[in-house]
Amino acid sequence: MSSTDRFIPDRLQSPLQQRLKSWETLLLAVAIGIFIANSLASPYFLNAWNLSDATFNFTEKAMIAFAMALLIVAGEIDLSVASIIALASTAMGAAAQVDASTLTLVLVGLSVGLACGAFNAVLVCGMGLPSIVVTIGTMSLFRGISYIILGDQAYRGYPTSFAYFGQGYVFWVISFEFVLFAILAVIYGVILHKTNFGRAVYAIGNNATGALFSGIRVNRVKSILFLLTGLMSGVAAVCLTSRLGSTRPSIGLGMELEVVTMVVLGGVNILGGSGTIPGVVIAAFVMGLVTFGLGLLNVPGIVMSIFIGALLIGVIALPRLWQKWRG
Amino acid sequence: MKQLLSSRELILSAAIVVMLGLIATRFPGFVAPGNLADVFNDTSPLIILAIGQMIVILTKCIDLSVAANLALTGMVCAMINVAAPGVPVAVIVFVAIALGALLGAFNGILVWKLDIPPIVVTLGTMTIYRGIIFLISDGKWVNSHEMSDAFKAFPRAEALGLPMLSWLAILMVVIFFVLMTRTTLGRAFYAVGGNPHAAVYTGINVGKSQFWAFVFSGALAGLTGYLWVSRYAVAYVDIALGFELDVVAACVIGGIAISGGIGSVGGAVLGALFLGVIKNALPVINVSPFWQMAISGSAIIIAIAVNTRAGRTKGRIILKKAEHAS
Repeated sequence: MSSTDRFIPDRLQSPLQQRLKSWETLLLAVAIGIFIANSLASPYFLNAWNLSDATFNFTEKAMIAFAMALLIVAGEIDLSVASIIALASTAMGAAAQVDASTLTLVLVGLSVGLACGAFNAVLVCGMGLPSIVVTIGTMSLFRGISYIILGDQAYRGYPTSFAYFGQGYVFWVISFEFVLFAILAVIYGVILHKTNFGRAVYAIGNNATGALFSGIRVNRVKSILFLLTGLMSGVAAVCLTSRLGSTRPSIGLGMELEVVTMVVLGGVNILGGSGTIPGVVIAAFVMGLVTFGLGLLNVPGIVMSIFIGALLIGVIALPRLWQKWRG
Repeated sequence: MKQLLSSRELILSAAIVVMLGLIATRFPGFVAPGNLADVFNDTSPLIILAIGQMIVILTKCIDLSVAANLALTGMVCAMINVAAPGVPVAVIVFVAIALGALLGAFNGILVWKLDIPPIVVTLGTMTIYRGIIFLISDGKWVNSHEMSDAFKAFPRAEALGLPMLSWLAILMVVIFFVLMTRTTLGRAFYAVGGNPHAAVYTGINVGKSQFWAFVFSGALAGLTGYLWVSRYAVAYVDIALGFELDVVAACVIGGIAISGGIGSVGGAVLGALFLGVIKNALPVINVSPFWQMAISGSAIIIAIAVNTRAGRTKGRIILKKAEHAS
């Protein structure tokens, strides 16, 4: 680092000043900017039902992103989340073929997600293997199992009441998924920012050995985070399957990229140690607004992915370029 | 260390031979020389890509954009061929390597100059490169009948009983074996991955070495892009989708440590052949091709478990309880 890092300010910045300069504020400004640009670009944008539809673009991904944010803050990563969705959805589809009730289906989805998370946890925390390769492996394995079970077939025939999770509305235009997203945002915000567990997650991300010697059970915390990520993938699988009404082995393909992008865009350091849940929430809105706005302008999905990719690199590159340019 | 490496390659070779032996007991035709040559030829793209990926992983990075790079370069080559059928294959091969290297250099610059974690950079460029294919091709396919005969014939042209595709893979193995073991740049890759701080004190520019690793990986992906498109005689947005996972799998199976510094060209080649034999054997032993994804996933997990456990050094126990908790 350069010598400029070492100077000690003679006056601390006021909390307000600090907040104004934070990543979350910048992101919020971007979100508002995109919102205004969208409403100018398309006459169909400012419509309560359209906006409500737009939330489906990000609610499922954001549910996983909350757990992923904690995992990345702790210095690990899980690239298998989209494959967990595929496996959980396949299991639910198989259960639906034998006329399982809606409650059973949800339990099946959640427990498969939890089991997949436990499998990752055993490999990473139990055996001490690097999470990035392990989850690249389980990414093939979990989706591979879906392919073995389904091949080129698809599961359909979910019970009618199962459709509520992905298609139901709690009140007027407020969908069930959006309510779930909001509740989970609050829960994860409290876990990360207000509990000892959250402090432990930051401590592990900054210095795992130091955390261990401060009495934090590093592997237990990390295992819980992998379990949570698996569970949230299960929750997302329930919502996505319910919304689509069918299961193919390619369900949610490439979603891990969008989840990681959302987390990194939200200001979480990919190397661990810092990041906030409010940041991830705003990032979810930014990505949702961008994809929805481009969709209204008839931009095809694959071109949108260019924007997502550029966004991922851009948000990390720009502050660094700015720093380089100034110092 | 050298002994350990050679023994790891020995184990892998033995595993491949045992696997071939088991298949041969039921299906002797599979191990006929002609069929083995076909298996090698079919695995050649994976071998070429695995060599590039190995260099990147050696320097503590990872390149997830190789398959997208391959697809984009392949599409550009196909479109050049359609637009100007007269352009000789040599020029197209050169364009493929240069374009691939350029795409790799873009990854490398972001890693070197801006210090962005390689996994983030290549996850991003992976989608960007795929998206660009759609933009330049409008989502259309370039089909066999639109390509010139010379364009399609090159990877199939036989010399000394082996197709050009196989010869190119062998040529790359030789070139990169020499590069990695006999040049300062090759040794620098190992130094950067083994101990970046020590590498800096020996006068090696860590970021620059990583940049060159990405350029090599990109150039090899570009070369494979042309070979892939001409061999299968079709180019579209989704070719080689997800192939980067097979490439990483080949490296991990080949004993290349994901933490950098350990690995060899031989390991990468054997890792690729291991996957290649499995892939080609599945239809022969009557297993649905849908099993392949789960099998390569399991192979990655088993390989990483074996490699990491073998290479682990135990720390000193100062606090018995703390050690117990970890």
